Amino acid sequence: MKHERAMERRQFLKGTLGVASLVALAGCDNLSQSSWFPSILSKTEKLTERVQRAITPTNALAKEYGDADISKVFPANGNTDPGTEIYAEHVAKNFSEWMVEVGGLVQTPMSWSLAALKELPARTQITRHDCVEGWSAIGKWTGVPLGDLIRRVTPLPNAKFAVFHCADVDEEGVSYYESMALVDCYHPQTILAYEMNDNPLDIPHGAPLRLRFERQLGYKHAKYVRQIELVETLAGIAGGKGGYWEDQGYEWYAGI
Amino acid sequence: MALLIHEGVGTSQGQENEQVSELAMRSEPLPLEEPSASDDLTASQGDTQDARSASAPVAERVYRHRLPVRISHWLNVPILIILIMSGLQIFNAHPALYWGDRSDRDQSLLSIRPVKAENGEIRGITTILGHQFDTTGVLGYSNGSRHAFPAWATVPSAKFLAMGRQWHLFFAWLLVINGLFFTAYALISRHVTRDLAPTGKDLRGIGKAVKDHLVFRHPTGEEARRYNVLQKLAYVGVLFVVAPLIILTGLTMSPTIDTAFPWLLTIFGGRQAARTIHFIACFTFVGFIVIHVVEVILTGFFNNIRSMVTGWFVVKHEHEGANHEA
Repeated sequence: MKHERAMERRQFLKGTLGVASLVALAGCDNLSQSSWFPSILSKTEKLTERVQRAITPTNALAKEYGDADISKVFPANGNTDPGTEIYAEHVAKNFSEWMVEVGGLVQTPMSWSLAALKELPARTQITRHDCVEGWSAIGKWTGVPLGDLIRRVTPLPNAKFAVFHCADVDEEGVSYYESMALVDCYHPQTILAYEMNDNPLDIPHGAPLRLRFERQLGYKHAKYVRQIELVETLAGIAGGKGGYWEDQGYEWYAGI
Repeated sequence: MALLIHEGVGTSQGQENEQVSELAMRSEPLPLEEPSASDDLTASQGDTQDARSASAPVAERVYRHRLPVRISHWLNVPILIILIMSGLQIFNAHPALYWGDRSDRDQSLLSIRPVKAENGEIRGITTILGHQFDTTGVLGYSNGSRHAFPAWATVPSAKFLAMGRQWHLFFAWLLVINGLFFTAYALISRHVTRDLAPTGKDLRGIGKAVKDHLVFRHPTGEEARRYNVLQKLAYVGVLFVVAPLIILTGLTMSPTIDTAFPWLLTIFGGRQAARTIHFIACFTFVGFIVIHVVEVILTGFFNNIRSMVTGWFVVKHEHEGANHEA
């Protein structure tokens, strides 16, 4: 009798646990596809941003490594070649006519050729690139501190974000773009890089110009940058979430 | 222990109860009425012992877990399950682990990948420190898809890194908040020092405790009032070693946090090392949960569940009763 009851209990337990786990898993999937639940989950992003900004000194530098630490293979994710005709022409001309324009909510919009950018004071840094997927690679980057360019164009008081328009498009023709808070543009390690590991930036890694945004995840480091636009709000630009990956559900604040 | 217990029955309602241990805080011989929420700490261990020698009750109810501990415990159940399963979803985006700061593909400590065999068949291959294992069906390749961890183990079940991250980071915050709440409570109420920290006597008895556990002999009677030494070590280890470790290594993976607290990279040996430790800590949690649930079932499932739901735990005194007779 006692044994039977124990058996029943065990059956009951097994059944309950099995059903509970299936329901829970299906429940999580349903919640993921609902419209309301992910919006609750994504509240975390604002909290994380507030807390991280509060505890991180504005100009705290990402760790800089030595030459010996540089990755032999630095993976290239996302688009590894914009593949457009216009881009191919730039490649053929060795990017001699590539211009980057800084405009939007600024007093004096300006454009720089690659050669002109290389005339400006440069910064070289050996830093770690952390991909949202989980991998890390270390590379040496040389470029112009973005803050130097932004100061020259003088942002208007209502400018809050810098949007980076890129030359690459995905298979469906959607243009790649990214954005960052204006305050992060002035971080000393935020640079528009034109050299990687002492060589001109190659095509897979974003030739001729890419962003280095060392305190955030890899997808924020826009490649093939052709235009920087200062804006007050990200709404109304493409999917409105502030970036190509953000429009697909990734966090805009990619500090973790 | 005796000085922690309020003497007599006339303890006033508003009395400070911080002095009372979480376990064995209240105990009364069965049968007894349900205590009300504001029930004060009237019975004492001394009283019950007296009562027992007089009437030798077979079973006794002990107020084992106080409300904050119960709440924190049950919150942890969904939080940990979701963190583990969404963590596996995130792992699947790059199913390999490394040491140091870089993830050099040829230097992985562990990898779980689908590999096409010569006959064109896809096999799931798990490589640990250079040793390859065919784990088709579970790891690397399962149900016709190339997942490191299978769909049934991840949240969401399909490959969806962005959503997995959202679940993970949301529940990570809940874990931190719940952890801070529990830690503050456990320190202030002295739950840590009275119930969780192993005593010298506990530690000297560790050999016997291990042997007893291996043959599934569990403490009964007076001994069952307190956590045994292995329980204490497991709880202290999970609460104050593994949980902080998993949170800190999680934070070390944040490039922003690394600029605010560069020493994190130093103590864990790099960002990829932190990711590896995070993964090991996760499976330490999984191991803890499995053993915990098995022990809960083996040592009286309904009694254990009731004590974590209502607080009340039944202790049986079969042997003591017999001794009294003798």
